Amino acid sequence: MRVALFVTCLVDFFRPTVGLAAVHLLEKAGCTVEVPRAQTCCGQPAYNSGDRAGAKGIAVQMIDAFEGYDYVVAPSGSCAGMLGRHYPELFTDNPAVLPRAEELAARSWELVSFLVDVCGMQTVAARWQREVTYHDACSGLRELGVKDQPRRLLASVDGLRLREMSGAEVCCGFGGTFCVKYPDISDKMVSDKEADIAATGAEAVLAGDLGCLLNIAGKLHRHNRRIEVRHVAEVLAGMTEEAPPIGAPQ
Amino acid sequence: MLPTSRTFEANARAGLANPILQRALALMQSGFPERRRLAVGRLPEFEALREIGKSIKNHTLEHLDFYLELFEGKVLASGGQVHWARTPDEARAAVLQICRSVDAKIVTKGKPMIAEEVGLNECLEENGITPVETDLGEYIIQLRHEPPSHLIAPAIHLMKEQVAATFRADHRALDPERSLAEARQLCDEARAVLRPRFLAADVGITGANFLVAETGSSIIVTNEGNGDLTQTLPRVHIVITSLEKLVPTLEDAATLLRLLARSATGQEFSSYTTVSTGPRRPGDRDGPEQYHVVLLDNGRSTLLGGEFQEMLRCIRCSACMNHCPVYAAVGGHAYGWVYSGPMGAVLTPSLIGIADARHLPNASTFCGQCENVCPVKIPLPKMMRHWREREFSQKLNPPMYRAGLSLWVWVAKRPALYHALVGLASRALGRLGRGRGRFRTLPLASGWTVVRDLPAPEGRSFHSLWVQRRKGETRK
Repeated sequence: MRVALFVTCLVDFFRPTVGLAAVHLLEKAGCTVEVPRAQTCCGQPAYNSGDRAGAKGIAVQMIDAFEGYDYVVAPSGSCAGMLGRHYPELFTDNPAVLPRAEELAARSWELVSFLVDVCGMQTVAARWQREVTYHDACSGLRELGVKDQPRRLLASVDGLRLREMSGAEVCCGFGGTFCVKYPDISDKMVSDKEADIAATGAEAVLAGDLGCLLNIAGKLHRHNRRIEVRHVAEVLAGMTEEAPPIGAPQ
Repeated sequence: MLPTSRTFEANARAGLANPILQRALALMQSGFPERRRLAVGRLPEFEALREIGKSIKNHTLEHLDFYLELFEGKVLASGGQVHWARTPDEARAAVLQICRSVDAKIVTKGKPMIAEEVGLNECLEENGITPVETDLGEYIIQLRHEPPSHLIAPAIHLMKEQVAATFRADHRALDPERSLAEARQLCDEARAVLRPRFLAADVGITGANFLVAETGSSIIVTNEGNGDLTQTLPRVHIVITSLEKLVPTLEDAATLLRLLARSATGQEFSSYTTVSTGPRRPGDRDGPEQYHVVLLDNGRSTLLGGEFQEMLRCIRCSACMNHCPVYAAVGGHAYGWVYSGPMGAVLTPSLIGIADARHLPNASTFCGQCENVCPVKIPLPKMMRHWREREFSQKLNPPMYRAGLSLWVWVAKRPALYHALVGLASRALGRLGRGRGRFRTLPLASGWTVVRDLPAPEGRSFHSLWVQRRKGETRK
């Protein structure tokens, strides 16, 4: 299977280890991974700010960049959801692009659900001695149905124990530009999330979307909480030694 | 009621800083969603019902003109009257004219949201008519001169201590030493105070959860029975409602009722479901002498055929706000007008204009939980995004935000430049933040750092690492 990795702009800029972990996992699953250079961002900042023309311009570039691969996989439910659910919606009035947008949408997957649902991965060869809790990022959960897949693979990580938090499916308050446009409301939401995480007593919190993780890590660090924050792919790929937890010193 | 949606940010801060509101919202957050979850779990066909509910409403909206005329004909045939109101002014005038024709002094009301939308109470008071709210929550906020903060629980922003204080301040004739510590005592007192007013009322005004075209009926659901006393005891019953409440048949209404209470309160059915068809007929033992339906448009018909038409499916159950983390943080008053939560964020801009209401559709993370629980599957996030598109095309966002966004789009459409800039910025910030791993403050990032630290980048962009790895592989 020829798989194109859509790195996503946040992973590219903040946390390349997540991208490397994704490549590792995809190769383990037997995929040939390529990273098209013409990709940048999925365009959500423009799309969700009402700049439809800007979003379309970026989307067309993405459609071109990912032409010809069997699958396009992103380590983010939010970005994969943009390709899979929203690109076709952007071009309903453009019959020239719509079929190509729909075709890309049908090939686009979030990383962990791709590994489980398409590649049939049942276990991973990783070890991490931690009690962890898992936050269900909104788009992955509600747009793409990512819920059991990460839990199934995490269950096979040697030494790892999952303690579910209450409100795991409640938004953390990131929401893209929302978190800087309405910082007070976002603060309340991420503080609630912080309390739910802390109440589990877990040593680490994992999720599948870097936006949420930056938000959660930022809040935990603001209160000097010693809870590790990591993308689920780093743990599944056994790459926790390659980079310190999100927001921790190098 | 003058909207304060324009100052949403300040309203929201006030809500966040209000400890009573926060306690009340925490209770709500654990109550309604859990009860809905249990009720839905007990009904295996709930998902199928949502699809049917959606198609009933879609069908009605596609043929709204036909069903409106059918409805009017049936109301007339049963001896009632329909008053078409294009605007809030016309709706108020219609109600006032009916009240004056019977020389009404006291009007009882059964929580019609449309009356809030048109500011009916103020209008009646200015004309010497006393409106009395009979829903307990509405009665409380009427005494406090506050707008409702929730569709079905208008006083949900209060705890029982505030209600007790309000009753003591208003019910002066009662024993000041009486106990009002328990919710039961508050209910009993409201009941005792309201009972004579039900009997004294000249006109009763209710809303409608549904209007039935085939029979010309209006349907209301309540849990307090106040709606029945409001519409059957006075000589005149006025239904003030809006045109999207229409459904073709009683069967359709019954289907939607199965969705309504479960979505709203987690009940299988509300305690009282009352169907009114025309005034008292010869031989009837009770009922009003006159039955009027004031049917408000207020811009709703302009939504037909456009990108907001699906909003007209809304059955006002409140599931979207009950499950909304933003509503749960700030409460209903922050939204600044009659409707709040996700449904308000879509409906309010269409009723008062996007210029005044631009914050409402922006104050959402698009977490999708509202659409997920909506009994008629309204794509609320998608429609909030459509409002953001209107806002953007009308240049209503702050200029700095627009400029930053345009610049970012321009760069994102040039991959070579984009990768070069991201590579540089990632190195620079990574080096700067390596020691602590995060930033407590950072120029241009205050919106982020005001409430949380910003994790530092690792120091190399993925794409630069990937290029390096590829070069290494070819060398091997």
